[in-house]
Amino acid sequence: MHIVDRRLNPGGKSLANRQRFLRRAKALVKRAVRDSSKERSIKDLEAGGEVSIPLDGVREPRLRRSSEGGVRDYLLPGNKDYVEGERIPRPPRGGGGGGSQGSPGGEGEDDFRFALSHEEFVDLFLEDLELPDLAKRKLATTEQLSWRRAGFSVTGSPANLALTRTMRNSLSRRIALRRPRPDAIAALQAEIEELERTHDDPIRLEEAREELARMRKRTKAIPWIDPIDLRYRRSEATPRPIAQAVMFCLMDVSGSMTEHMKDLAKRFFTLLYLFLKRRYKHVEIVFIRHTHEASEVDEETFFYSPETGGTVVSTALEEMIRVMHERYRPEDWNIYAAQASDGDNTSSDNAKTAALLTDQILPACQYFAYLEVGREDDSPMGFGYRQSDLWRTYDLARSAGAQIAMRKVRHRRDIYPVFRELFAKKGEQKTA
Amino acid sequence: MSLADLTARKTAGPLPEGLLFEGADWDFGTIQRVFDAIEDIAVGELGLDVYPNQIEVITAEQMLDAYSSIGMPLFYKHWSFGKHFAAHEASYRKGMRGLAYEIVINSNPCISYVMEENTATMQALVIAHAAFGHNHFFKNNYLFKQWTDADGILDYLEFAKGFISDCEERYGHAQVEMVLDAAHALMGQAVHRYPRKMRPDLRSEEKREHDRRLHEERMYNDLWRTVPTKERGAPDDGDLLRRRALLQLPQENILYFLEKTAPKLAPWQREVLRIVRLIAQYFYPQGQTKVMNEGCATYVHYKIMTRLHETGKISDGAMLEFLRSHTNVVYQPQFDEPHYGGINPYALGFAMMQDIERICEDPSDEDREWFPDIAGRGDHMAVLRDVWANYRDESFILQFLSPHLMRQLKFFHVVDDEDEPDLEVKAIHDERGYRKLRRALARQYDIAHTDADIQIVDVDLAGDRRLILQHSMLNRITLEESDTRRTLQHLADLWGYDVLMREVDPETDMVVREHTASARRRLV
Repeated sequence: MHIVDRRLNPGGKSLANRQRFLRRAKALVKRAVRDSSKERSIKDLEAGGEVSIPLDGVREPRLRRSSEGGVRDYLLPGNKDYVEGERIPRPPRGGGGGGSQGSPGGEGEDDFRFALSHEEFVDLFLEDLELPDLAKRKLATTEQLSWRRAGFSVTGSPANLALTRTMRNSLSRRIALRRPRPDAIAALQAEIEELERTHDDPIRLEEAREELARMRKRTKAIPWIDPIDLRYRRSEATPRPIAQAVMFCLMDVSGSMTEHMKDLAKRFFTLLYLFLKRRYKHVEIVFIRHTHEASEVDEETFFYSPETGGTVVSTALEEMIRVMHERYRPEDWNIYAAQASDGDNTSSDNAKTAALLTDQILPACQYFAYLEVGREDDSPMGFGYRQSDLWRTYDLARSAGAQIAMRKVRHRRDIYPVFRELFAKKGEQKTA
Repeated sequence: MSLADLTARKTAGPLPEGLLFEGADWDFGTIQRVFDAIEDIAVGELGLDVYPNQIEVITAEQMLDAYSSIGMPLFYKHWSFGKHFAAHEASYRKGMRGLAYEIVINSNPCISYVMEENTATMQALVIAHAAFGHNHFFKNNYLFKQWTDADGILDYLEFAKGFISDCEERYGHAQVEMVLDAAHALMGQAVHRYPRKMRPDLRSEEKREHDRRLHEERMYNDLWRTVPTKERGAPDDGDLLRRRALLQLPQENILYFLEKTAPKLAPWQREVLRIVRLIAQYFYPQGQTKVMNEGCATYVHYKIMTRLHETGKISDGAMLEFLRSHTNVVYQPQFDEPHYGGINPYALGFAMMQDIERICEDPSDEDREWFPDIAGRGDHMAVLRDVWANYRDESFILQFLSPHLMRQLKFFHVVDDEDEPDLEVKAIHDERGYRKLRRALARQYDIAHTDADIQIVDVDLAGDRRLILQHSMLNRITLEESDTRRTLQHLADLWGYDVLMREVDPETDMVVREHTASARRRLV
């Protein structure tokens, strides 16, 4: 008999098969990931996790008999009180009460669920939005490394030789191995000379000579500095101190915002969050919704709770300023804000909104994005879209030199360009 | 004894007298000791005849992996294995399903996988079950002898893996995947169900021809010349018959037929079909011997573990742990319990083999009447070894399912006729029912009964080269519609031209349903 230990065999033998499966199921997985972003909360997207895809797309067909119709017979265990010739009412279909034979091959699974890692998930998610390589490169290089002292190592370049540490090692080794000290040798030599001169004690002289020879031999065998004493200063690459970011999500939730519009907004916020998450170690989100008054809420309420009322945009900005002053001081935090709205505002509020934006918010923000969401079936009227109140207000501010990104979005596919405009490299912003 | 003493003994102290191991931990020394002790019992006392054993210790992930590629240690790559891996893994992670404790491969040497997570007791159980039970069955059962080549399988798999990855490099993943997908869909129709005539080689063919002539000369009688001959039939008939004979029609092995005659396939595609077909054939006996194979292994492990306990080689605790696993394995839920999933082959096989032991050693009058050959014969191991060698599930049940066991399991037979309003109980476990029950159960394991009878019946070579298949329905059961459509599509892609499948009720000779498919694209 042989016993073979296969545990150390390279693992992941199934990886190739798994990849093949993923490749095959990719379209399905993509759709599943996209759909799941609807159900998941923004923060959940971080976790990756399970998606389920319809089994149909990866079905393996074969020729088999139908499970219905015809004459079937079953041999069953556990008869209680049936007698020969007895008739049993047909159990309802699919109930399995009659104890149909176990379906071979395990049919009847509903959906096929499998787990995606965070990376796989984000890749598929971003791929859906066709994040170009340009932005990816930027993502990859945002974190810089710095070198930091990290103890000692036994190898290194001479320039990094840690002299003190080396000498300390050398000393302890010499002590441990009992290398004779130079002054001990000198003392012995002095004693020998003395004895040679006086001829007092020939026995002691002989002894002393032998001892000196031994000492010299030992001194040669145990070097002053041995390669094993050497220590070098070691440095380690560490990420630069971690920057933190906060993202303000401002959304108009007055009655005119439809589910479709909220979905567009959510997609944009999600994308922004994922992006920031990659750039900063620490990202916080603040959800602020407003009608004619504004409040900070949790995500659930933000996206899903029904709300109606008039629209006063400045309240949202005021709320943001309040939160910012309380918790996220601009000198410590990178501040991002995205505002989604259908563009309606009370006309008397426009001036105040513009003032808040240009005087207080924009100076504090890295970026401010305004996303005007519209109905999918919106069509241009006359020469173009009607400019909304808010759009005109912000446009005015922008022409006065304010750094604000503005886009109108009616379809999911429109979301990405806005995102790109925000995060493209400076030099390429024009062409974006 | 203080706690410190206990822990000290557990880690370092010598084992108590006679025990092979104590506690759950094991190392290679333990496995060797356990194996030797088990081998003594298996070979010395039970008289098993096995291939040399190789035990491989693997991790849970590797077990999942082996599981997904139908238990084979090396296998070509295909997405469906990835799919199964993901499915198994998901349910394993969720704790919905435990992993198999073991996988055993019908090869020489016989390879058994054991998982590192198993306890020492489980390792003993696995070794008894797989390395001796299954191993003996593989080596001795006539179906395995007839259909599988234990010496060659690992080399062949190695070849298959290499060949398919070469093809992927040369022709692209997509191309190979297309052929494999199609071949997998037809895998169920890729076995020769009966041993075929050995193909005569040229020299013996020549000799036969010579003998035939000699025979004719000897038997020549001029008188026969004067007997009027029958008018020759229409030439078409002759052509038809000749063509069918040339194509070896009707043909039930669809992959074999495609490999040999599909007009558009490239040589490498034929080889891929051949690989899939040979692997299907390799697994063909396993499908027909599930009850016997598992029964044999379960019976053997039960005997061995009991014996180890009797001789004081395993502790009471280990025995209890073993019994717990064992009873889980042979548990047979009754038909009205919610998790009833058909008849458990482990339970049925084990019960029947124990029953045979009872009949041999301690028969009742009823047993003497039913089993005159073996009742009271003593030496039950000899009987069992003979059974393991010479039967498959269907014949085994037909021969050895005893009234005693049918009563014990309370079998009853229900017929579900679509045209009737109610189900009917045809037979129960009583004097009138035993034979009916036994026949009904045996039929559930008869492949002629369980597998759909699908054959290629004709090819319209003179016309549009349409391939015509026929499904002879049994009990008016048609094929599953959507799967059939998809599978035929694969078949048409391989064949390169249209495919027609007729579903025929053999009782009335009526065509009940027809499916067609046209080739989508050239595979080559």
